[in-house]
Amino acid sequence: MEDHKKYLDDLSDIKNIMERSSRFLSLSGLSGIIVGIYALIGAGVAYRLLDYENGFTVRYITLEQIKSLILIAITVLVASLLTSIFLTYRKAKKHKQQVFGSQAKRLLINMLIPLVTGAAFVLILIERRELLLAAPATLIFYGLALVNASKYTLHDIRYLGLLEIALGLLASYFVGYGLFFWSIGFGLLHIIYGLVMYLKYER
Amino acid sequence: MKDILKNINKAFENKVRLGVMSALMVNEYVSFNELKELLNVTDGNLASHLKGLEKEEYIVVYKEFVDRKPNTKYAATSVGKEAFKKHIEALEKLIGGK
Repeated sequence: MEDHKKYLDDLSDIKNIMERSSRFLSLSGLSGIIVGIYALIGAGVAYRLLDYENGFTVRYITLEQIKSLILIAITVLVASLLTSIFLTYRKAKKHKQQVFGSQAKRLLINMLIPLVTGAAFVLILIERRELLLAAPATLIFYGLALVNASKYTLHDIRYLGLLEIALGLLASYFVGYGLFFWSIGFGLLHIIYGLVMYLKYER
Repeated sequence: MKDILKNINKAFENKVRLGVMSALMVNEYVSFNELKELLNVTDGNLASHLKGLEKEEYIVVYKEFVDRKPNTKYAATSVGKEAFKKHIEALEKLIGGK
């Protein structure tokens, strides 16, 4: 009977150490919620900036508007990054997991490969005035980055990634609804994902 | 029952050794400092158990320099991985087949 408990203990230790040594588990769910809210605010500002015909689609777009859109996107991105880094740092400290240990490094590199590829691709699209596919492409590449990263952090972000990919594909079919899909992908999905993670791991 | 107990490996009975092998099963390499932090043990304690595992040829040591500072990292050998797998299987059978 004594032995039985020790074996169980050993097994749970093994599992725990395997998880902690290979995955970065300190991603903050709270940051997902906040990032989603930033995205929705950004989308709101963009919506007021553009001339919407029937509520959703845009007929034409000027160079000035493109510049403002890029500016909004970058502002949202930077604010989101800073917030997630700060909250993740706080959580890692609480969990006594190294913030810049090899797990975090692995996570970052594997996330950045699809992400940087996507960013370069979108910039090329914008440069060539292929604007209609720019918004869907960001969703697709972001989704791929999350799926790739899921091997090195919480499994759950795999599902978020798959949803972003599906949404990106839908958005590339229904061109012109870019902002609408963007708000769902970067806004709504982040908020839902963040809430689920927060309730599941952080409460 | 006897057959299963035969697979319970004495080399992995200690918590530190168990921890070291667990970490090395899922990582190509793990450095001394990372192991220390992960398992929350002292230098001396960790070093002696690593020596033990090395003697059994379950792990190998790599010494290298990072920014001119010595950095020791460890990896599990295929013998070590095989032995640890058997150990886990035995543990699972023991609690499952009670």
